[in-house]
Amino acid sequence: MFAYAIRRIVATIPVMAVVALFVFSLLYISPGDPAAVIAGDQATPQDVERIRASLGLDRPYLVRFGEWVWNIVRGDLGTSIFTNLPVSTMIAQRIEPTLSLMVITLFLAIGIAVPMGVVAAWKQGTWIDRAVMGFAVLGFSVPVFVVGYLLAYVFALELDWLPVQGYTPFSRGMWPWFQNLILPAVALGGVYIALIARITRATMLEVLQQDYIRTARAKGVGQSGILFLHALKNAAVPIVTVVGIGVALLIGGAVVTESVFAIPGLGRLTVDAILRRDYPVIQGVILLFSFVYVLVNLLIDLLYTLFDPRIRY
Amino acid sequence: MIRRRHLMGAAGAAAFAPAMPALAQPAGQRVLKMVPQANLTSLDPIWTTANITRNHGYMVYDNLYGMDSQFRPQPQLAEGHVVEDDGKRVIITLRQGPKFHDGQPVRAADAVQSLKRWMRRSPSGQKLAEFVDELSALDDRRLQFRLKRPFPFLLPALAQVSNSPAFIMPERIAQTDAFQQVRESVGSGPFRFKADEFNSGSRVVYERNSDYVPTTVGSPSLTAGPKVVHFDRVEWHIITDASTSAAALQAGEIDWFEQPPPEIQQLIRRNRALSVEAIDPLPLIGILRFNHLHAPFSDKKMRQALLPAIDQADFMQAIVGTEPGLWEMAGVFTPGTPLASDVGMEPLKGPRSLDRAKALMREAGYTNQPMRLVGPTDILAPSAMTQVCADLVRRLGFNADIVLTDWGTTVQRRTSREPVDKGGWSMILTSFSSFDFVDPSAHFPLRGNGTNAWPGWPNIPQLETLRDEWFVAPNPADQKRIAEQMQRVALDELPYIPVGAYKSLTGIRKDLRDRVAGFAMFWNIKRA
Repeated sequence: MFAYAIRRIVATIPVMAVVALFVFSLLYISPGDPAAVIAGDQATPQDVERIRASLGLDRPYLVRFGEWVWNIVRGDLGTSIFTNLPVSTMIAQRIEPTLSLMVITLFLAIGIAVPMGVVAAWKQGTWIDRAVMGFAVLGFSVPVFVVGYLLAYVFALELDWLPVQGYTPFSRGMWPWFQNLILPAVALGGVYIALIARITRATMLEVLQQDYIRTARAKGVGQSGILFLHALKNAAVPIVTVVGIGVALLIGGAVVTESVFAIPGLGRLTVDAILRRDYPVIQGVILLFSFVYVLVNLLIDLLYTLFDPRIRY
Repeated sequence: MIRRRHLMGAAGAAAFAPAMPALAQPAGQRVLKMVPQANLTSLDPIWTTANITRNHGYMVYDNLYGMDSQFRPQPQLAEGHVVEDDGKRVIITLRQGPKFHDGQPVRAADAVQSLKRWMRRSPSGQKLAEFVDELSALDDRRLQFRLKRPFPFLLPALAQVSNSPAFIMPERIAQTDAFQQVRESVGSGPFRFKADEFNSGSRVVYERNSDYVPTTVGSPSLTAGPKVVHFDRVEWHIITDASTSAAALQAGEIDWFEQPPPEIQQLIRRNRALSVEAIDPLPLIGILRFNHLHAPFSDKKMRQALLPAIDQADFMQAIVGTEPGLWEMAGVFTPGTPLASDVGMEPLKGPRSLDRAKALMREAGYTNQPMRLVGPTDILAPSAMTQVCADLVRRLGFNADIVLTDWGTTVQRRTSREPVDKGGWSMILTSFSSFDFVDPSAHFPLRGNGTNAWPGWPNIPQLETLRDEWFVAPNPADQKRIAEQMQRVALDELPYIPVGAYKSLTGIRKDLRDRVAGFAMFWNIKRA
C-alpha cells in the first residue's frame, strides 16, 4: 500500500500541471485589468501602461507562464499585485480559519448525518425516516447564506448567545475560537449533513437486506451491534466516498459562509482576488485547493482498505 | 404523540435560554471599530487613487497643508509660507517638532522628496510640475519652490483632499519610484499603522501616535485644523456582506458602518442606539459618459438629443430612494461649493420628454447604429444608474447592447478605444466624490484633451483653454467666471451628462460625537 500511496502522490504532479495550465490560461484570456483598477479613474493611458509594465503584465503569455511555473517549482507562489505581500504569506494568514471551519463542519456533519442515516434506514417507512429525509431535502434546498442569516439573527442578534461575525485564532483560546465557528459550521454543514444522511440511509438499507445480517440476528446479536458493527462497517465505503467528494462542496460553501460570517479565510481571499484581478493570488489559491482535493481523494482511497479488507492496492 | 419527557425537554431548553451568557461583548471604550467602504489592498496613497487607501493615508501621514470645509488651505505640517519675486518664489517653513513614526524628525528634505514623487502621479501635482523650475530644501525646516511663473493654485494643490493627496513620507521611502508601491507605511500622522496586525481582506489596525503634536491653527474641519485623537486604537473590520455588517453594528460588535446600502439604512434607523447620517455634507456626482471616438455619440447632435430624456430624479432615486433631501440637481461642479452654478443647465430642467429626444435623434440622423452600455452590478451607485440608463436607451429605441458585469471588468472595458463591433463601448455611468468636482484641477471628465483624456476621450479644445486660464486666475471672482464658462461649454459639447448629486449616508453609534464631516476620519471623534 505504501508503494501505491507513493505512486498516487507522484501521479498528482501531472494533475497539478494540468490545473496550473488551465488556471493560468483562463485568467490570461478573462477580461479585467489590474493595472486599470490600480491606476484609478484619473490615470492617463500612459500611467496605466507604466503600471502594467511595472507589474510585468505586458509580457507575452509564454514568458509569464514559464516564469510562474519556474517560481512554483522553487516554492514561490509569487507576490500579490495589490498588497505587495507574498502569496504564501497571504495563504498562511488565511488557512487557519478555513481549515478550522472545514474540520468542525466535517466532524459536525459526520457526527450528525451518519447516525441519522442509520436510524432512518432502521426505521424505514416510519415518521422518523420521513423526518430525516425531510430534513435532508431542506438541507439540500435552502441555500447556505439563508441558513447563515437566520442563525445569525436568532442566535446572535435576538438571543445574544454567539457573535455575529469574525474569527478568533485558536492561539487565543479554544472557546473564543470555537464560539466564532459554531454558527458558520452549522450553516455550512446543512447541505453536507443532508448528503451524507441520504447516502448512509440508502447504503444501510441495501446492507440490512444481506444474508449475513439475518444470520447475525439469528445468532442473537443486539440491534445496535447489527447496525453499527456489522451493517455500518460494510456500508462505509460509499459513505466515505461521498465524504471525500463533499470536500469540494465544502470548499465552495466556505466561500459563501466566510462572506456571510466575515471569516477571513481562503474563500474570501479568492473572491476578493478575483474581483480585483489579483492574478498571483487567484492562481496560488486555486492550486492549493486542487492539491488539497487530490490529497483528500488519495486519503479516501487508502481508507477503503480499512473498511473492506478485500480491497488491496 | 407528545410524551412527558419531550415537554420537560422543551421547558428545560426555554429555562436555559435566558440564562446563557452574552458571549458577544460590545466594543471597548478606547477602541473604535469600523467597517470601511472597501478592503484596504494597497497601502500607498500615491500609487493608487482608491478612496480607502486615501483614508489610510490620512491615518498615517500628514500634509503640509490641510483643506478646510470651505476649501481653503490651512497649515498642517507647515508653520507658514512666504511668497517672493512676484509670486515666482514660495518658501514653506515646517513646524518644529513633528516626528515620523520611526522617531526621525520631519525635515524639509523629506517633504521635497515626497512632493517630487507626488508630482509624478497626482493630477494637481502634474499641473504644478509644469510651473516648477526647482524644488529644494533650504535647510531642515524650509523648502523652496522656484516657479517659471506664478501659480496661484500651489497651496490648494498641496492641500488637495483626494486623488493622491500630497502626503509627506520619510525621504528614504519617498525615493521609491512613483509607479512602484512603497513597502512601509511610516508617516508622521495621528495614527501608527500596525503592520504586524494587518490582514488585507480582514482587519486593519491603527494605534494612536502618542508623539503626535497637532497643529494649533484653526479648528477641525475636513483635513485642516488640529487632529486630536481620542481613541487608543482604531480597527477597520473588512466585512463584505452588508447584512452581516448591519447585524454586527446592531449587536455592538462594531461602532461604525461606513457605507450601508439603502435597504440596510432602514434597518439601522430602527435601532435607537444608531444613527444614519450624511458622511459628507456635500454630495457625490453621477455622470453619464459618452465615448466620443465612435458613432453614435461622436456626433454632438446625438449627445444633445438625449438631454430632453434625462431626468436626474430617476437616476438619483435609484440610488438613494425617494426620501427628499438626499439628492439634488447637479451641473458640472459639486453643488454647495464655490464654483457650482446653474449656468447652462436649462436643457436639464423643465418637463422631460422622450418624444422630443426621439425627434432630435432622428434629426441627428440616427439610423439604428449599434451602441453599447457597459456598467457594473457590484457597486451600488454605478449599478443603479446603469440600470436606469439601460431602460432609458431601450425606450428611446436605441439598438442597444447592455453589458452588466463586475466593476473590474467595467474598468477594463472602458479603456477600450475600439468601435462597438470590436468590443468597444458607447456609454458608461459612474460617480465621483464631492472633492473631485470642486474645481477643474482634478475634474477629469471635464477635460477635453482628446486621446489623453479620461475614457470617452472628448476633444474639446475650448475646455482645455478655459482650464489653463482657471489655474492662473488671480482671484476667486475670475475663477468663478471661468468655471461658469466651462459649465456652459460642457453642457453644450457634452463630454458627459451630469445625472444628479446624492448624499452618501453612514451608519454610526449615536454615542460617537464630534465626527469630522467629509469622509471616514478618526481624529476629533470621541465616545460620549
